[in-house]
Amino acid sequence: MLVLPQGLPRQSFSGFVRGSYELTPVRRQDGRKRAEPGGSKFELIDGPRAFGKGIPMKTQSSRAVQAKTKVLTGIQGFDEITDGGLPLGRTSLVMGGPGCGKTVFALQSLVNGAHRSKEAGLFVAFEENTRQIVANAAAFGWDLPALEKKKLFFLDARLSPEVVKAGDFDLIGMLNFLQAKAEDIHAKRIVFDGIDVLLGLLDDPVAERREIYRIRDWLTKMGLTAIITQKVAGFEADQRYSFLQFMVDCVVVLRHQVVDGSAFRNLRVMKYRGSGFSADEFPISLTKDGMELTHRGPPELKYEVTDERISSGLPRLDNMLHGGYHRASNVLISGAPGTAKSTLAGLFAAAACKRGERTLYVSFDEGADQIVRNLRSVGVRLAPHLKSGLLRMYSTRTRGPNVEEQFGDLRNQVRAHKARCLVIDPLSALSTKLAHIASADAAQQFLDFLKGEGITVVNTSLMDGLSTDEATATGISTIADTWIHVSYVVQDGERNRALTIVKSRGTGHSNQVRELELSDQGVTLTDVFIAQGKVLMGVARWEWEQQERAAKKRNQVATVLKRLQLQLAQAEAAARLQVVQTEMEARSSEISVLTHATGSASKLMATDREVLRKMRHADKEVGVARPRKAKVAAPKNGDGAAV
Amino acid sequence: MADLRGKKARLLLRLYVAGNAPNSLRAVANARAICEEHFASGHELEIVDLLEHPRRALADGIIVTPTLLKLSPLPAQRVIGNLNDTNELLVALGGK
Repeated sequence: MLVLPQGLPRQSFSGFVRGSYELTPVRRQDGRKRAEPGGSKFELIDGPRAFGKGIPMKTQSSRAVQAKTKVLTGIQGFDEITDGGLPLGRTSLVMGGPGCGKTVFALQSLVNGAHRSKEAGLFVAFEENTRQIVANAAAFGWDLPALEKKKLFFLDARLSPEVVKAGDFDLIGMLNFLQAKAEDIHAKRIVFDGIDVLLGLLDDPVAERREIYRIRDWLTKMGLTAIITQKVAGFEADQRYSFLQFMVDCVVVLRHQVVDGSAFRNLRVMKYRGSGFSADEFPISLTKDGMELTHRGPPELKYEVTDERISSGLPRLDNMLHGGYHRASNVLISGAPGTAKSTLAGLFAAAACKRGERTLYVSFDEGADQIVRNLRSVGVRLAPHLKSGLLRMYSTRTRGPNVEEQFGDLRNQVRAHKARCLVIDPLSALSTKLAHIASADAAQQFLDFLKGEGITVVNTSLMDGLSTDEATATGISTIADTWIHVSYVVQDGERNRALTIVKSRGTGHSNQVRELELSDQGVTLTDVFIAQGKVLMGVARWEWEQQERAAKKRNQVATVLKRLQLQLAQAEAAARLQVVQTEMEARSSEISVLTHATGSASKLMATDREVLRKMRHADKEVGVARPRKAKVAAPKNGDGAAV
Repeated sequence: MADLRGKKARLLLRLYVAGNAPNSLRAVANARAICEEHFASGHELEIVDLLEHPRRALADGIIVTPTLLKLSPLPAQRVIGNLNDTNELLVALGGK
């Protein structure tokens, strides 16, 4: 059954190449090369011809197959899950229902080939007007009109509805024309968009299969990397063209589904010959740059790890974390409403800008201006950084349960701003929407992406209690590297903010609770006191501090008092010493007086004796002595009288 | 490759074929037979091998082979296939 249709292309192609040149040697060479991957009876029969490559240039590309086996599609995420894109020089089938993005997928990879690899391509449209396709793609900014002039060729291969079908037909004419065109522009890639339309016209399973194989053979002969798109209504219902799936080397299935009013587009690689691939279904989104696929990244978690620390913007918090956040880590700041989560995030952003790092601040609850104003009230100034362009505020709304597009949007924002630091305030605005399984791990994938890019992210998350359902509510806390929780402590009629570090991977961290204080002076962390097994905060802490201070004062006073007492004692001792000394002096004086007295007494006695003895001869001595004294005084008076 | 028979060229046809492909050969045979049988009085059947004239085929918007164009009389008509279905063909050509 397979052999029968094969007679056709052989004849027809040889009919065509009759006119051209130098085919035979090339054909033999390539035929030899392609002996091995066959497998089907069909290929064996056909081998030597089907894989001949008409243009000498092509043999080069077939040699390159050994080195490079895949071509990038430029579809973000798809190239990753297939480890390099679509199979080079082979045919891939993209199937899906209406509105899944089949045409976008095909066209985007063609455009990407033209843009990045400078490879020309052909686009054969069986279903849509080529003008419409170009116009529709204008939304993606691929600059199709410019490409169309040199690199891309669009063939409108629709059959008008008025066409009458009178018997069996084939695609030799079209393929012949495409061959001429491909050689003309040196095309490397080709897209057959909406092949089901053409097949439906054949209306004969044998003929359909024959034409598909004809296209396949032609593609192989040309060495083109091809994408065939095919509409399918449902997977069970439409088994009609299932042989297409067996024939091609790679099958990509696109699916569109609505869950609770939210549209989800998904992509799944169903088959990929000779290559590993991720077989899961991945959410896709259509952004302004085209299709994007959210994937979980490589199964092995491999990130560049750095020991670099960056400041949280709060020196005492840095101390608690033994140096700050790790670069490229993701930090979760959770807490009840009003626990200054945004303030901490703002501090981080301001500190990042101060270091000169580009920062993106994404907010969901509030507008950018409001955040800037609020942060200014606690001494965090963002306005200068906004002006310098280092900081970008991006305020947006959550859009619905399908957060894929939201994260895709954020990803684009991050890339566009070339951010090194990111704040998402709050992430829970998104994660509360994660009830759907379809987008359950979207946030995680996004954070994975950030980690891969080396971007440090601070997320805030609205959470009332630490012990309640924090981990299950988002699942984000489990992949957060550092988790800071701010809670209210209500005590003695007060509500105060207590900051704790719940976890911090790869870094020692304080297990202490700190009180977070906000004032127009700024943000500070204060030690808290524990008294009678209770953490004291706010006024209680203040009272405690007062008591502490008073005690200190008392202590000080006591010390002074003691010193004075000692000084007094010392003084007393000194005084006593003085008394003793004085006494000593007194005694010694007494002694000396006594000695003196004793001496003079004896002298007196001697004198007295002398006197007594002299008194016995008193005339001579007294008479001489007394007048002499008077004589001396008399002349003085006499002199005065004499003048 | 024009095949001109009859004095008045009332019916003007152009048949695009692809070399010696079976459908093309059959189409040529069928076209000739039908022209002989139903339009003996006057027809002109041009057979174009698009392997030799790809540009011409493109200008005429030929996607599949064989394709038969009825150029005159109006309305213009386009028939694809090997023309085995004589009834469809005759309706399209206005011969019945």
